[in-house]
Amino acid sequence: MDQTPVPVPADEDGALTKLHPNYSHALRVRATLTAIPFLVGALVLEGAFRGEGLFPSGVIAGPVLLIALALIIRIPQTRYNARGYQMGADRLRVVRGLLFRSDTVVPFGRVQHIDVHQGPLDRFFGIATLTLHTAGNHNASVALPGLGEELARAMREDIRAHIRRETQ
Amino acid sequence: MSDPRNTAPLSVIIGALGAIRSAVLPAIAIAFSGIGGEGRYLVAIGVGVAATVIGVAISYANWRRLTYTISETDIRVESGVLSRAARSVPFERIQDVSLEAKPLPRLLGLVSVKFETGAGGADDLALEYLTKGEGEALRQLVRERREDEAAAASAADPALPARPAAEDEGDVLFAMGPGRLLTFGLFEFSLAVFAVLGGVLQYVDNVTSVDIWDVDLWYGWLKEQGSTVATLGPYAQALGAVAGLVGLLVVGSATGVVRTFLRDWGFTLTRSARGFRRQRGLFTRTDVVMPVHRVQGLVIGTGLLRYRFGWRSLSFVSLAQDAESESHVVAPFAQMDEIAPIVRAAGFRLPGDATAWRRASTRHRSDKAVLDSAFFLAATIPVAIFAPPGLFLIPLGLAVLAVGANLYAWEFRRHAIDDRQVYASHGFLSPTQSIATRLKLHSVEIRQGPLARLRGYATVHLGLAGGSFAMHGVPIAEARALRAAVMETITATDFSRLDAPAANPAPDQAFSSAQPGFSENFLAT
Repeated sequence: MDQTPVPVPADEDGALTKLHPNYSHALRVRATLTAIPFLVGALVLEGAFRGEGLFPSGVIAGPVLLIALALIIRIPQTRYNARGYQMGADRLRVVRGLLFRSDTVVPFGRVQHIDVHQGPLDRFFGIATLTLHTAGNHNASVALPGLGEELARAMREDIRAHIRRETQ
Repeated sequence: MSDPRNTAPLSVIIGALGAIRSAVLPAIAIAFSGIGGEGRYLVAIGVGVAATVIGVAISYANWRRLTYTISETDIRVESGVLSRAARSVPFERIQDVSLEAKPLPRLLGLVSVKFETGAGGADDLALEYLTKGEGEALRQLVRERREDEAAAASAADPALPARPAAEDEGDVLFAMGPGRLLTFGLFEFSLAVFAVLGGVLQYVDNVTSVDIWDVDLWYGWLKEQGSTVATLGPYAQALGAVAGLVGLLVVGSATGVVRTFLRDWGFTLTRSARGFRRQRGLFTRTDVVMPVHRVQGLVIGTGLLRYRFGWRSLSFVSLAQDAESESHVVAPFAQMDEIAPIVRAAGFRLPGDATAWRRASTRHRSDKAVLDSAFFLAATIPVAIFAPPGLFLIPLGLAVLAVGANLYAWEFRRHAIDDRQVYASHGFLSPTQSIATRLKLHSVEIRQGPLARLRGYATVHLGLAGGSFAMHGVPIAEARALRAAVMETITATDFSRLDAPAANPAPDQAFSSAQPGFSENFLAT
C-alpha cells in the first residue's frame, strides 16, 4: 500500500487535554437554569397540597431540591473530568460521557466544514464549541464544547491549514 | 442546447388529471352532504368544474413557466408563476440520474428525470415530465459532460477501459425471470393484506352504520358460526382449523408474490460504461444509474428462512437515496455465486477463506443474554404469584428462548479487517454482512456503556457516507488496534482525492492476488 507513514504516531492512550476550567462553571449555570422550573413546579405542588394534610410538608420539594443540588454541585465537575480531547498532527480525538463513554477520532482529511459556536453563556465564560462536520452518517458532526475562545479559533485555523495543505 | 427549454407538453395533461382527481372528492362530498338543499348537485358540479378549470390553468401556467437550461457546466431549472426559483446543479455534483415512470405518465410515454446530488430527497432536482427519448438523451448528456470533466482522470484510470460514451447497453450482471420472482415472492410472505382489510373495514365503519368495533355483533356472528362448526364433530373442527391455517399461508404467500411481481418485474442490473444501471417495476418502472466510484459500501442481507436455502440480497450504500431505504438494492434475491460478480464489478472483495474473522467478546455474549432474559425473568415472579398456576412457565420459557437466541446470535457477530476493507456481520437468526472500504470511512468512534467498560468490550462505529457501520462487542484492546489501523489508512488520503484514480486501485489487479487477512499495519499495532 502506498501510505505515507504517519508523522506522529498516534498515541491512543496518551494524556487527554483538559477543557477550559470555565466549562465546568458554564455546565453548573446551565444545570441551575434547568433545575429552576422543576423547583418552582415542586413548590407549586407543595403549596397546592398544603391544606390537605395528606403528607408532611417538604415531601415533594425536599427530594427535588436534593437532586437539584447534587446535579448542580457534583455532576458538572464529574462531567468536566470525563471530557477531554487530543489534537494530533492529522486527527482530533474527542472523549466524552460519564456512564456511556464515547471516544471518537476524526481525521482532518475527512472534515467537510468547521463551526465555532458560542452561546450567550459561552460568551460570558469566554469559551466556545468547535464542531467538525464529516460526510459519514454516523458522527456527521462531532462537537467539542468548552474550549477557550482563542484556542477554538486557533484549532479551527490549524485544521483548515491542514485541509488546504492536503488539497494542494 | 443552451436555450431554456420546456418540459413535455403532455405533462400539462397529467397535472390536469391530478387537478380533476382532487376536485372529484370535494364535489362528491358536497353532493352527499346536506349543504345547499335541492340545488346541491348543481353546486357540486359547479365546484368540481371550477376546481378542474383552476387546476388545469395552474398546471398550464406552471408548465409554461418551468424551463430548464443545459449549459456547459450545469443544469439550471427555473420555475414558479408568481415567485420565481432558479436552481443550478453543476454536472460534477450529480451523483445519479434516475428515470421513473409511474403508470399514468408511462401510458403517455413520459418519464420523470431525477438528478440525485446527495443533498437528500426533497432537495434533489427533478424534471417532471419529459418524453422517454428526451429523458434518455438528457441522461446520456449528463454522463458525457461528466466524462468530459473527468476526462483527464479517466484516461489514466485502468479500472475503466475507455469505452465510447454512447455505449448504453452494458453487460447484464443480474436479472430475475418470472420463475425467480415467484420463488422470491414466496419468501416475501406477508400478512399486510389483513392490515389493508382492517383499514377497509374501518372505512366501512365510517361510511355505513355497521359498527365493526361492536363486540356483541362479532360474538353473535362467531357463536352462530361456532354452533354450526360444533355440530360437525371434532374431526371436522380440526380440519377447519387446518384449512384456516392453510388459507392464511396461501393469502400471505399470494400477497408476497403479487408485491414482488409489482416491484421487481423485469429486474435487470447492467454494468455500463460509467456505472451500474438498474431497471425494475411492472407498473411503475424505475431506471437508476449508480456510478461505480460512488458506492461506499455493501450490505449483504438475508432472512430467517431464505438463509437456510442460501438466498441473499445485495445492496449498495451510497450518498444518493433509493425510494424509501438508505441503500440501493442491486440484487434482491440471489445466490452467493450470483452476488460475487456484482461485488467484483463494484470494486469490492467478498470475505473469503483468507479473511480473519474475529468473534465478539464472549463477555458481551453473556451480558447480552443475561440482560435480554432479565425482563422475562422479572415478569415470571409476579406471574407465578398472581396468575393461575402453570402460567409462569410462559415468561420462563421466553427467558430461556432469549438466552438461546442470544447464544445463537453470537455465532453471527463477527468482524474482520484486511488491507483494504472492513467487514462486520450480525443478526439474530441469520447473518447480515456489511463491507466497507477503509479508505472511504470518515471517523471512528469507540463507544462503551457502563457494563461494557466494566467487562472490557466496546462498540466500534465507523462513519460511512450514506449508511452506518458498526462492530459490536469488540474487546477493547482490539477496538483500539482496529481504530489505529483504519485511521492510518484514512489520514493517508485527503477527502478531495477519494474519487481520484490513485485512490481507487483497479479491481482486477486487487482481486487476482490473494491478500493476507491482516495488513502489516494492523499486525504491528
